[in-house]
Amino acid sequence: MAASSALSNPTFTSSPTRHHHHHSLCPLSSIKLPNSSKQPFKPLISHPPPPCHQPQRATATATPTTSTSSTTSFHGLCYVVGDNIDTDQIIPAEYLTLVPSKPDEYKKLGSYALIGLPSSHQTRFIDPGESTSKYSILIAGDNFGCGSSREHAPVALGAAGVAAVVAESYARIFFRNSVATGEVYPLESEVRVCEECKTGDVVTIELGESRLVNHTTGKEYVMKPIGDAGPVIEAGGIFAYARKTGMIPLQSS
Amino acid sequence: MASSAVASNITPFINQKDVGLSAFSSQSCFLIQNSRRRISKKIVSVMAPQQSERKPSTTGSKIFARASEKPQLGPGENVWVNVDILMTHDVWGREKIVIIPEHYIFTSDERANRNVDILRDFCTEQNIKYFYDIKDLSNFKANPDYKGVCHVALAQEGHCRPGEVLLGTDSHTCTAGAFGQFATGIGITDAGFVLGAGKILLKVPPTLRFVMDGEMPNYLLAKDLILQIIGEVSVSGATYKSMEFVGSTVESLTMEERMTLCNMAIEAGGKNGIVPADSTTHKYLADKTSLPYEPVYSDDKARFLSEYRFDVSKLEPLVAKPHSPDNRALARECKDVKIDRVYIGSCTGGKTEDFLAAAEVFLASGKKVKVPTFLVPATQKVWMDLYSLPVPGSGGKTCSQIFEEAGCDTPASPSCGACLGGPRDTYARMNEAQVCVSTTNRNFPGRMGHKEGQIYLASPYTAAASALTGFVTDPREFLQ
Repeated sequence: MAASSALSNPTFTSSPTRHHHHHSLCPLSSIKLPNSSKQPFKPLISHPPPPCHQPQRATATATPTTSTSSTTSFHGLCYVVGDNIDTDQIIPAEYLTLVPSKPDEYKKLGSYALIGLPSSHQTRFIDPGESTSKYSILIAGDNFGCGSSREHAPVALGAAGVAAVVAESYARIFFRNSVATGEVYPLESEVRVCEECKTGDVVTIELGESRLVNHTTGKEYVMKPIGDAGPVIEAGGIFAYARKTGMIPLQSS
Repeated sequence: MASSAVASNITPFINQKDVGLSAFSSQSCFLIQNSRRRISKKIVSVMAPQQSERKPSTTGSKIFARASEKPQLGPGENVWVNVDILMTHDVWGREKIVIIPEHYIFTSDERANRNVDILRDFCTEQNIKYFYDIKDLSNFKANPDYKGVCHVALAQEGHCRPGEVLLGTDSHTCTAGAFGQFATGIGITDAGFVLGAGKILLKVPPTLRFVMDGEMPNYLLAKDLILQIIGEVSVSGATYKSMEFVGSTVESLTMEERMTLCNMAIEAGGKNGIVPADSTTHKYLADKTSLPYEPVYSDDKARFLSEYRFDVSKLEPLVAKPHSPDNRALARECKDVKIDRVYIGSCTGGKTEDFLAAAEVFLASGKKVKVPTFLVPATQKVWMDLYSLPVPGSGGKTCSQIFEEAGCDTPASPSCGACLGGPRDTYARMNEAQVCVSTTNRNFPGRMGHKEGQIYLASPYTAAASALTGFVTDPREFLQ
């Protein structure tokens, strides 16, 4: 799921209505979250990128970020895949009997994320015996998430610890499902970043600025703004957002 | 216009509406933006269309316009759309909801079985009229309500009607476009929203037009036509777009063949596929639905994003080679590919006419298959047809008899079966790295089970021909 390693984000808390997700959201020890699980949180690195690679932070006159916190950023290792990665590869059908609203099954689902990638992908997304991935950012080519409409696809990625996908383009149902579940940010790049990044590169995504930084290569990329989908994902999906903004009644606990 | 209607309801969050609109390529966000106003199902007055200003528009735009109670829409507009039918098998108007369990049915996997129990509890609690339940897994016939593959069942039960909006929690919901309606797949959370609100926010798609003319050769089926198209535009060529199938050839197709055509629109990334309703449609529906419907048609001067024209008389039987539905090749050029098995089934290729087609090839050959040949009828009705309908030119034999004589496996319990792999004990699942010719819809790595399995997508004619030789085979070897 989309987590924030923001420097400070007082509005970003684990909403009690976010009943689907029971795992730690942020590695910063200063933010206490009710549902922090005991599982070791690998993906995000809690310190900011090394100063020599730190790009100049854009000023307020840059891309308007009214819909998403301008301090939201993700930092970690990236895993790179190519074009037309279909949802059977993201989460094969045999695992779809796992129900994501059950915490232990949600976790199990995450452990199978991208297990369907053929053996030509020698570096596996999740190490054997692990249940989350050390890669928190997925970089892909065209038509990511094509094929079946299974919502388990973005859910498995989120459960595995993916904060965001940066793809050249998405299949529409996968895109909708990512937003509706709030599990991952489906970001779009302007160029073929999958050809410029390698698995294991250290990257930062500055969400508010729609910027991708590859610290390993020193290159930066502009992405298409996530726009109004941002608050929906940040809230934890359309139902959480609808409750948060008063559009539908809060769940009586 | 949708966007201006929304403007008055902007929440404080989103005051850069235009930036969001143009930069954001999906419609989901506006779902929330509008819901404060739109969540009630009250019908607001319909504005009378201003005839002098009305531009020619496509079928898709017109269905959306009617369902969103707007005079007219153009591609790219984000609008709230009233939903006529929501189909789901993953779990507003109780009669507008159709729940059809068919994935992972005949398995001992506890979680799979649990899914059906959860659906049953929900339907009982909510008093859902159309729940095609199954309890006795050992004998599908003992379940009077059980239907089988949702997309085929929807059609057979009369839930598909021209001019309507149908959503389903399965990517092949686009199959229903064969009935001249807008039908598309959505995720379960989106469906949850529809269950509560009866509406969904959708972007009006631009339309790609595929004009198919010419007499359909006797060795070609609709599956070959759609494989031709997908090979032409690629697996992402129709992303976010509507695919309209017209032309004299399309008009000559039966409803089941039109369903095959629209079924694989998603494989080109299409939002939906659509075939204009005509007398064939009306005849099919005559004994299946008593609900009134009003077909919708593209205007003559409607603008399409692109138009593709095919002379069908010049086309040849095709396959989609591993591992992509757009990896198009002529079946005859793959004749050296040795195969291990053949699978005939699924919403794409497991309908009654698909089996009749396969039977036609076996009949013409008179020989036995050289590889295990799995037959999985899509629904109970299809299964019954296999055992009762006489095959033309056979002297009164049924499909099941012809299949038996050819040495095929006994037709299995109707379901999606191994099209998508599923639990390990699923019938005909590919548990080893084998080569399979299949009448199904996807051949991505691992689709039918084993990651190294090689799937050649093909028509029932080509599948049957291949079963007889043990190699990928052009059906003209048997059909003169």
